[in-house]
Amino acid sequence: MSVTRGDDHDSTSRPSAIAWAGALCLAALGLGPLAEANTSDGYNLPPGVTSLSKAIYTLHMEVFWVCVAIAVVVFGVMIYALVKFRHSQGAVPDTTLVHSTKVEIIWTIIPVIILVAMAIPAAKVILFMEDTRNSELSIRVTGYQWKWQYQYMNAGEGINFFSTLARDSNFARALHSGIDPKTVPNYLLEVDHPLVIPSGTKVRLLLTSQDVIHAWWVPDFGAKRSVIPGFVNELWFTVDPGKEGIYRGQCAALCGRDHGFMPIVVDVRTPDDFKKWVEEQKAAVKQAAAPDAQPHEPAPPATAQVLPTASN
Amino acid sequence: MAQPQASDTAHHDDHHDQPATGIKRWLFATNHKDIGTMYLVFSLIMFFIGGAMAMIIRAELFKPGLQLVDPVFFNQMTTNHALIMIFGAVMPAFVGLANWMIPMQIGAPDMALPRMNNFSFWILPFAFTLLLSTLFVPGGMVAGGWTLYPPLSLQTGDSFPMLIFAIHMMGASSIMGAINVIVTIMNMRAPGMTLLKMPLFAWSWLITAYLLIAVMPVLAGAVTMLLTDHFFKTSFFNAAGGGDPVMFEHIFWFFGHPEVYIMVLPAFGIISEILPTFSRKPLFGATSMIYAIASIAFLSFIVWGHHMFADGMPVAAQLFYMMATMLIAVPTGVKVFNWTATMWRGSLSFEPPMLFAIAFLFLFSIGGFSGLMLAIVPADFQYNQTYFVVAHFHYVLVPGAIFGIMAGVYYWLPKWTGHMYSQTLAKWHFWLSAIFVNVLFFPQHFLGLAGMPRRIPDYAVQFTDWNMVSSIGGFAFGLSQILFPVIIIQCIRGGKQATSTVWEGTHPTGLEWTLPSPPPYHSFTTAPDVP
Repeated sequence: MSVTRGDDHDSTSRPSAIAWAGALCLAALGLGPLAEANTSDGYNLPPGVTSLSKAIYTLHMEVFWVCVAIAVVVFGVMIYALVKFRHSQGAVPDTTLVHSTKVEIIWTIIPVIILVAMAIPAAKVILFMEDTRNSELSIRVTGYQWKWQYQYMNAGEGINFFSTLARDSNFARALHSGIDPKTVPNYLLEVDHPLVIPSGTKVRLLLTSQDVIHAWWVPDFGAKRSVIPGFVNELWFTVDPGKEGIYRGQCAALCGRDHGFMPIVVDVRTPDDFKKWVEEQKAAVKQAAAPDAQPHEPAPPATAQVLPTASN
Repeated sequence: MAQPQASDTAHHDDHHDQPATGIKRWLFATNHKDIGTMYLVFSLIMFFIGGAMAMIIRAELFKPGLQLVDPVFFNQMTTNHALIMIFGAVMPAFVGLANWMIPMQIGAPDMALPRMNNFSFWILPFAFTLLLSTLFVPGGMVAGGWTLYPPLSLQTGDSFPMLIFAIHMMGASSIMGAINVIVTIMNMRAPGMTLLKMPLFAWSWLITAYLLIAVMPVLAGAVTMLLTDHFFKTSFFNAAGGGDPVMFEHIFWFFGHPEVYIMVLPAFGIISEILPTFSRKPLFGATSMIYAIASIAFLSFIVWGHHMFADGMPVAAQLFYMMATMLIAVPTGVKVFNWTATMWRGSLSFEPPMLFAIAFLFLFSIGGFSGLMLAIVPADFQYNQTYFVVAHFHYVLVPGAIFGIMAGVYYWLPKWTGHMYSQTLAKWHFWLSAIFVNVLFFPQHFLGLAGMPRRIPDYAVQFTDWNMVSSIGGFAFGLSQILFPVIIIQCIRGGKQATSTVWEGTHPTGLEWTLPSPPPYHSFTTAPDVP
């Protein structure tokens, strides 16, 4: 079936000045047209860029093909019966074919074998997925109605900021805004301050919520966890080296009016670039905490809206 | 050898051979046929109301951007679409079919508890008037999802107590209906009808009734705890007070998982009646089919955690729930294979009930496959809370439960009314429904895999195309349903006279086919001979 892409026949809006200004700003910050919303082809799960996402993708494809094979056999038999045994074609019913213990045992045992064969690799991935030991960087993620807060630990201790839906998306998504979403770069999948992490590093997220249940999800990482007030959940992933770039996700648990409008953007950098970013952020935090110090050099570009924490 | 019924029933016959006239007949109904009719009419009205909400949802999702409704109103629509379809359309429809068919199938004169039967029905219009009236209350309808997770559901406005009360009423109605079914089946079968000789539809309802009695009180407990957390400063689900939001999920899904089997087991029973009739061949492996329903019902109690995999579940629990959930595929597979074997070497004809039953077989199986995929825990982390789950449960509920109900109605309607309905119109209804239900829901698998979360009123532009296709399917599917009441009303008013066996050339088994069409107001006032 062919579906036309991108032709909005009823579009009545031009990209507004605000939308263009926003796009230019984002491009200046390096979050422009090269950024991809999601590496899925639009039909299937993305294999993603972490060991976890690839393990999940492999399992998914295995189970999918098993289901296709079973469907071909079972639906094939059904279709054959529907064609071959028609009353209108004179078929005579075999009213003795009502019972066969042997056949029933066979079609009970074979599915059990297939299920066991699927459960074993799945169990292995569960154990892999839940092993959060030896992480190199931990980040506290807090869900709010309707934004995310990121607080770095380990080498990034002191970096603390909120991540909210980008302004151009926020204007465009308003009811009757008149702004065509297609003119907004990464509509609903852009934020003001993305989460920055290093590639090739086991990153552990500690997740909680300040109000209602939300869920943090980045499909390309294979990483999703509910965030629950009063609980700290844990998840880990390691982005493959060489897969630096921007990855996008969304809140995945209904959390009220703006559940669809609190996305997640992760900027994966090389470990060296990440170290530089951490130093810049810490310098910005120091400057923010001591505004009357003599400025020797221009303030580093703050990609994070830093908040002083108790540890500063 | 026919046995006379208890003497007081025979005595009452002199007074009650003719139904009462006017509104009293319906308000004070104690006749299982009248009460069954009321349940079915009620559920059809609710189906269209819930369907209208779905049309609003699909209209907003037709294009990216917010064109029609406020996000909060959108959330109200998704929440109440589910509440109305589950508690107002599917469940009452199955109770209506149970009321009509169980006494006739087991050779009983009526349900065991006719006055409680009346009460079970009449609670429902009150409960749903209360629920629907929350549209007009400050804060509007509940908008936290039909699963009502706290703390979000505790942010509901003034409609909150009305919602909880409505749910309590619906639950009471279901529990009383279930008690009635069990007592009727266990006590009023005609002599000679041993349990293993009982038709599959009655069996499916016997098991469903036990599920209802077991889990509806659990839902009542869960929503009562929400009520006290909201109004009386308890902290069942408030971590700051020492409580646990995840505990709600456990309690809710302990009800919720058996609930979805409650919504499908009677459909299994109906399919097991229809396929043999139109295959002109007995059901293959009838005894295993009964054991399979019982196994599915038992397993449904131990898998509720599969709705909670991404909540921070310990490894041991993930392994257990994965394996228990996968296990349900075994008895369900047995049923699909046995239905296929019923058709194998049969002599098939394709009247409307058979068409719906065959569509059920194919499309419910597709829902089963996506269910199997969802059971695989690591993969579930990617599917969970996306449109993949939405596609799964709509496949098992719409071409599953709803097509099962429609198949049952098309099968038994001539028996109830004494008239054949327009086969042509019914086939139009079938083909339009079967095609457009797939246009509506199949692309949602793609949307979920591509990364679209559920319960969002607006989406990123890469999800545009499949949403547009799905919405078109939704509008077409919704419109096609108008044919259903048209066919039914036409049939009630008149049509070719139906014989007792109705479906010429088939030999349906079941005591209902020994009665004239329509059956007398009181059937089986003396117990029939059971072959």
